[in-house]
Amino acid sequence: MSKQTLEFHWGKHHRAYVDNLNKQIKGTELEGLQLGDLVKHAYNNGNPTAYFNNAGQAWNHDFFWESLKPGGGKKPTGEVLHLIERDFGSFEAFADEFKQAAATQFGSGWAWLVGIPAGSHGEDKFGKLAIEKTKDAVNPLVLGHYPLLTIDVWEHAYYLDYQNRRPDYISTFIDELISWEAVTARLEQAKATINFYDVKMSSI
Amino acid sequence: MATATCSSILRATPWPSQILSSSPSLRKGNTRSSYRPIMMEFHLRPLPFEMDALEPYMSKQTLEFHWGKHHRTYVDNLNKQIKGTELEGMQLDELLKHGYNNGNPTAYFNNAGQAWNHDFFWESIKPGGGKKPTGEVLHLIERDFGSFEAFVDEFKQAAATQFGSGWAWLVGMPTDPLVENKFGKLAIEKTPNALNPLIPLLTIDVWEHAYYLDYQNRRPDYISTVINELISWEVVTARLERAKATINFYDVVVPDDQYKYK
Repeated sequence: MSKQTLEFHWGKHHRAYVDNLNKQIKGTELEGLQLGDLVKHAYNNGNPTAYFNNAGQAWNHDFFWESLKPGGGKKPTGEVLHLIERDFGSFEAFADEFKQAAATQFGSGWAWLVGIPAGSHGEDKFGKLAIEKTKDAVNPLVLGHYPLLTIDVWEHAYYLDYQNRRPDYISTFIDELISWEAVTARLEQAKATINFYDVKMSSI
Repeated sequence: MATATCSSILRATPWPSQILSSSPSLRKGNTRSSYRPIMMEFHLRPLPFEMDALEPYMSKQTLEFHWGKHHRTYVDNLNKQIKGTELEGMQLDELLKHGYNNGNPTAYFNNAGQAWNHDFFWESIKPGGGKKPTGEVLHLIERDFGSFEAFVDEFKQAAATQFGSGWAWLVGMPTDPLVENKFGKLAIEKTPNALNPLIPLLTIDVWEHAYYLDYQNRRPDYISTVINELISWEVVTARLERAKATINFYDVVVPDDQYKYK
């Protein structure tokens, strides 16, 4: 991911979302809300307000930059790897499904690794990892899901470096850039709201 | 201003380039009853201009990717999706209406829509284009937007605010003659991703791949340049002529004596 890309992606696109959001909420009762709260508020249960796009994109990009690092990629370890293997079968199966989601998000959007509560029946656990894709500025927070990792698949994220070759961009992201440390930290926080394991009821 | 020639009117309708190829499978020893299934597939139409003809406003490099990769991929993938199905052989615009499925789009809708939209887009621009339209197009623009400048402002606004990927359009649309004093008018619409309107006259592609190499994040600059330097008003004129087959852009004046009871 070139310096030139980041100069535009962070320096122009991300900056514009933040600036425009500030203009939209200035002097309103929304001024002072945390960004995550603003995003959920703005989503307005599927009928997004005027500032949703800017709030969503501002949040998504913060989350995206934190999801990457130099010398990243490779494989996760510890609990993240354990849960990935449990919920996808193998790390390779997870990578395939993630690539597929990111490649098939038509138009602009994002692909995510999320933590979600599992269905109360039919699964032997209370929470699991899953992959989602969203369009434009939407993110899993508005669905009540817990984002752990994201990749930006708006064309501005990869066009200067990869042009139309979105699959190459995605593979490179997975192999070289993901910050599994960030994912691990987010998983820890997710556990405050999602139980990824069984609750063992002791016999009464 | 050169009037539209026959060939440019023909080009104004993006007929899909379908090539009929017959695959003979002769039954042995019986040449009379040879069964020849006809297969049709869409082909990527050549651009109506040279790849460097729109420089410096739209670079050759952009067109190599935009037409040579993106548009080509939509066409190729569409062909794969419809091969061997009953959709094979349908015209592109029929496929589109079929694929839209009344708002519940099928798997091939995105590729069909994007294939059609890009054909329409390449026809909408030309080297040495832009400036102002003349004749009836100008008259209707002034009538329905107030002035050419007001039209330009609204078009730029629509194109700049189509969030994410999509298109902005000048369209003809029927109006309610009881509310407006005419049966049809020009209007501006914007659509996301692969969607397109019913009676389009002009479009601009605002997917990022359309402008990123030349303008990066500066979408408004790209839009202004297309308007000032690239729009083919001849093609818009030709499309307006055809639109009149389905839309009456003027008043129908009913003579008084038709209302008198005999």
